[in-house]
Amino acid sequence: MNANPEAALGTSAQFSPQGEVVMDCKLDKIFYGDFLAVRSSDVPIEKGKITGFIGPSGCGKSTVLRSLNRMNDLIDIFRFEGKVTYKGQDIYGKKIDPVVVRRYIGMVFQQPNPFSMSIFDNVAFGLRLNRFKGDLEEKVEKALQRAALWNEVKDKLKNSGLSLSGGQQQRLCIARAIATEPDVLLMDEPCSALDPIATRQIEELMLELKERYTVALVTHNMQQAMRVADTTAFFGVDISEGGRTGYLVEMGNTTEVFENPQEELTRQYVAGEFS
Amino acid sequence: MSDAELTATAEESELTSLNRQIFERRALKSGLLTTLTWIAAILASVPLFSVIYMLLVQGGARLDLEALTALPPAGFEMGGGFGNAIVGTLVMVGIAAITSVPLGILAAIYLAILDPSSKIASLSRFLAKVLTGMPSILAGVFAYAAVVLLMGTYSAWAGGIALAVLMLPTVVLTAEEALKMVPQRMKDAAFGMGCTRSQVIRKVVLPTGLPGVLTGVMLAVAGAAGESAPLLFTALFSNYYISELAEPTASLSILIYNFSGMPFDNQIELAWAASLVLVLIVLVFNILARLFGQPKV
Repeated sequence: MNANPEAALGTSAQFSPQGEVVMDCKLDKIFYGDFLAVRSSDVPIEKGKITGFIGPSGCGKSTVLRSLNRMNDLIDIFRFEGKVTYKGQDIYGKKIDPVVVRRYIGMVFQQPNPFSMSIFDNVAFGLRLNRFKGDLEEKVEKALQRAALWNEVKDKLKNSGLSLSGGQQQRLCIARAIATEPDVLLMDEPCSALDPIATRQIEELMLELKERYTVALVTHNMQQAMRVADTTAFFGVDISEGGRTGYLVEMGNTTEVFENPQEELTRQYVAGEFS
Repeated sequence: MSDAELTATAEESELTSLNRQIFERRALKSGLLTTLTWIAAILASVPLFSVIYMLLVQGGARLDLEALTALPPAGFEMGGGFGNAIVGTLVMVGIAAITSVPLGILAAIYLAILDPSSKIASLSRFLAKVLTGMPSILAGVFAYAAVVLLMGTYSAWAGGIALAVLMLPTVVLTAEEALKMVPQRMKDAAFGMGCTRSQVIRKVVLPTGLPGVLTGVMLAVAGAAGESAPLLFTALFSNYYISELAEPTASLSILIYNFSGMPFDNQIELAWAASLVLVLIVLVFNILARLFGQPKV
C-alpha cells in the first residue's frame, strides 16, 4: 500500500499556517509500550478553524488527537515524545497537570457518552466541576442552544440524557463540552455512530461552533472533511520498518489537499484507491 | 403404477409432510421432553411452596400484636411473643450493614477501578469468592475469638461483626460487578471534562453503579438476617429487650432454634410465627433490592 516508501520516509510537505496557531503539536514519537504508533508529525491547529485529520485506519489520527488534551495518559503504556504548545506552554511539561489541560481543551468522543443523569445535569457537569458561580440555568440553556438541541429538550431537561436518540445524545455531549467554554474542541469521529441526518446536523453545528471555538476533527469520512474542514492533515501508515507506524504525510488547505495533493500517497487516498 | 404416477405420489407426500405430524418420532420426543421439563419445574417448586404454605398456615395463626411485641414466655407460661428478637435481629443486621457496606464498597472501588489487575486485587477477589462459600458458623467462630473473648461477654457487637464478616464478600463482589458495568466511555467523558480520578469515581462511577451496588447490599442484608449459626455463640440469646450493645442479644433465628425444640405447644407456635416474620423481613429486603436495581432511564 505504500507506493513510494522513500517519499513516505522523507519529511512531509511543510505547511505554514496563515492565521494564529492555538495549539502547535510537534510530536516526535508516540509509543504504546515498545510499539511506535506515530512518528514525526507537525500539526499546527489554527484558531477559529476546523482542522480535519484524515487517513486510513491505524494511521494514528485518533492517537494524535487524543494526545492534544492528554487523554492518552489514561493508557498506562502510552508514551509521548515531543511538544504540544498551547498558549506558549508545553502541555507535556513537567509542571503541567493533565486534569487542568482537559478543562481548557474539551473533547467529543466517537460514541455518544452522556452520563446517566438528567439532561440538565449533563450540561451543568463541567460548570459544577469548575465551581461555576453564576446563573447555571442560563449557561446550560446557552450551551444547549449553541449545540442546536435546546428546542428539542427544553421541556424535558429533567429526563435522563440516555433517553435521547443517538444524534441528540451526541449534540448533548457537544453541549456538555462547550458549556465550560473551552478554547479548543477535539472531536474524535463524532459522527461515525450516527445516521446521515444526525451527521448532517452535527456537521452544520461544527461550522457554527468554529465561530467561537477552535475545532480539531478526526474523521474517516473524506466527504465530511471536504464539507467542514478548513485545513486537512492527511496521515499515512508506514510499514517499511516492519511495524505499522502512522505519520503526517501532508497538511494544507482542504481544497488543496483534495484537489492538488503534493504527495502521491495523498492523491491515491483521496482518489479512493485505498482506505 | 406407472412411473408418472409414482412421481406424482412422491410429490404429493412431500407436500403433505408440511402438516404437523403428532405421532412422528421427532414430535413425540419433543413432546416428551417438554413434559419432563414441566414436571421437573413443578417438582422443584414443591418444597418452596410447601414451606411458604406451612409458614402461612402454622405461623399466621399466632401472628398478632402480642407476638410481635411481647417478651418470650417461660416454660409453661401461655401467650408471650418475640418482640425483643425482632429488635435484636434488626440491630445486629444494622451493625453488620454499617460496618460491611462502606468497607465493601471501598474494596469494590479498588477492585473494579483503581487497580483491577494488581496482585492484591486478584488475591482479595479470589479470597472473597472463597468466603462467599464459607460455612457461616466459621464467621461465628471468628467473631467469638475476635470480639467475645476480647470483650469478655456475648454481645450484639459480636453478633453484628459475625454477620458483617458473612456479608462482606457478597457486598464486595456484587458492588465490584456493578461498578465494572459502568461503561468505559462514561469514564472517558468524565476524564475528558477535566475530572481527577477521585472525581470520576465520586461523580460518575458511583452514581451510575449505585442501583447495582444497592441490590448487592440488600441481598447481603437479607441473607444475614436469616443466619443463625454465626449468632449462636456471639450474641447468644436474651429474654429481654436490648438495653445496650455490649450484652447478650436475642435474635429471631436463635429464638426459632430454641423454641422449635421445646416440648410446649405455645413455644412451638411462636417459633412458627417467628419464622414467618423472618421470611417476611427477608422478603422486604429482596423487594427493596429489586426496586433499587431498576436501571433508571
